[in-house]
Amino acid sequence: MFDIGIGHYLILGAIIFTIGVVGIFLNRKNIIVILMSIELILLAVNINLVSFSIFMSDITGQIFTLYILTVAAAEAAIGLAIIVAYYRNSGTIRVEEIDKLKG
Amino acid sequence: MINLNFVFPEIFISLSLMFLLMLGVFKKNSSVIIYNLSIISLIITLALILNRPIDKDIYLFMDAYKIDYLSNFMKILTVLSAILVMFASKKYIQSLNIFNIEYPVLLLSSIVGMMVMISSNDLIVFYMGLELQSLSLYVLASYNRDNLLSSESGVKYFVLSALSSGLLLYGCSLIYGFTGSTNFDFIMNNLNNNNYILSSGIVFVLVGLAFKISAVPFHMWAPDVYQGSPTSVTSFFAILPKIAALAVFIRFLYVPFIYVVDQWQTIIVFLSIASMLFGAIAAIGQKNLKRLVAYSSIGHMGYALAGLAVNSNEGIKSSVLYITIYVFMNLGFFCCLFMLKKNDKYYENIDDLSGISKNHPFLSFCFLIILFSLAGIPPLAGFFAKFYIFMAVIESSMYYLAIIGLISTVIAAFYYLRIIKIIYFDPEKIKYDKEHNIGLQFCLIISAIFILFYFTYPSWLNEIVSKISII
Repeated sequence: MFDIGIGHYLILGAIIFTIGVVGIFLNRKNIIVILMSIELILLAVNINLVSFSIFMSDITGQIFTLYILTVAAAEAAIGLAIIVAYYRNSGTIRVEEIDKLKG
Repeated sequence: MINLNFVFPEIFISLSLMFLLMLGVFKKNSSVIIYNLSIISLIITLALILNRPIDKDIYLFMDAYKIDYLSNFMKILTVLSAILVMFASKKYIQSLNIFNIEYPVLLLSSIVGMMVMISSNDLIVFYMGLELQSLSLYVLASYNRDNLLSSESGVKYFVLSALSSGLLLYGCSLIYGFTGSTNFDFIMNNLNNNNYILSSGIVFVLVGLAFKISAVPFHMWAPDVYQGSPTSVTSFFAILPKIAALAVFIRFLYVPFIYVVDQWQTIIVFLSIASMLFGAIAAIGQKNLKRLVAYSSIGHMGYALAGLAVNSNEGIKSSVLYITIYVFMNLGFFCCLFMLKKNDKYYENIDDLSGISKNHPFLSFCFLIILFSLAGIPPLAGFFAKFYIFMAVIESSMYYLAIIGLISTVIAAFYYLRIIKIIYFDPEKIKYDKEHNIGLQFCLIISAIFILFYFTYPSWLNEIVSKISII
């Protein structure tokens, strides 16, 4: 058996972060998926912070994580509200059809 | 014992915003009262900040909150421009039927966020301020919620800004992990020069900040959001978040990252050059004035970043001066936009300006000096702003930056002068209303006087700014 060190946690965080960023740019279908990708990015940051905090025996990272969780919840709420407002106006939330503003 | 006297402005403005929210909920039809009360509370906040002379740096809350001359100056600028924007945009909000109690409350909460951002000396405090500001701005961008364009601009701003916050946060987590603290001063001392994961953390943080300041190549949200959101919100977007983001840029570059100058200097130089050139070239083909302002503000942020790239106190001062003059120029421009009104309909295309000089000599004269100033033509204030930047850049012998800045100034002058040509020499199309409310006229006159007469006594602003010393 091998020991799980901080490197493994960081790689996990990096992978989840990459999935989140790629999910935003490659997704052509639905804004809800973008919302989920943003949550993934924030969760990757949380994994990073908690693992740093544990391995350095420093509590600051975990406090930071609690703040980020709170902000992520608020952000998701506001994002959903904006998407609902947009849906009522346009009748669609397909990403490729959000193109009224251009020039 | 923490000296709470120094955070009185922030405490006052947050308490007053909560009080105004409660008042608005329990009192029917109170939107006018709430709007006026929030302007008054901003004025009191301004007085509280001015009433707090700073002779040394003050650290609060276990060094997480720093009050120095720079943060004081930036807060004064933020609150002052917020007051002027609220004065100028009142009539616009009323005629668009979005004059609700939430509007001024959201403005106030984003201003609290900016003040926290400006004063932050800790990653957590900085992040909380940034998110308080952004969350309010997401809602403001889509505030005209029955309008397709406004809600679309809200969606776009939300997605891209949340992404940039995520990138910034990932950078913060790496910096925390490899230095062991979230405090800026502590990070400064523990930043290891040759750790490449730490360098990528720095890059992530700079990318997130560049998103907020809309520097190229992270600018793509700006034109759409500026065009789609209501003009009152656009004027807010174009002025206030830039001040806060520039202050945070200065904080990050010159406190935690000061010992790794060689790592971030090329990035800032690249951002600056790309923004200057792109802002000048992309604005040429625009037809919508708000979109044009977006590109022009991208260009102006490029000049401000050029001042930061030189790594000297002179550079920081010239950037702060630049943003101060930029605030007044943009305020004047938006006041002119608010005046293009006929029977409660607002016009925002460049063609609509055609020949307004015949009927509106004062308005077209204001347009003239503001556009000349934005183009950087002496002796208006915009010229001095660019002059200080180029001085600082040349003193540290980064000649290529100054040359590219001059070239893009010349290119940008084309589209500013084209608007002036349309105003003065094209046939008249629309007769606009001549009656405007006093707040709007007051703001336009203030900014026009500032731009026009800055050259008579430039040293008063220079003396104020020259007390800033970061390095």
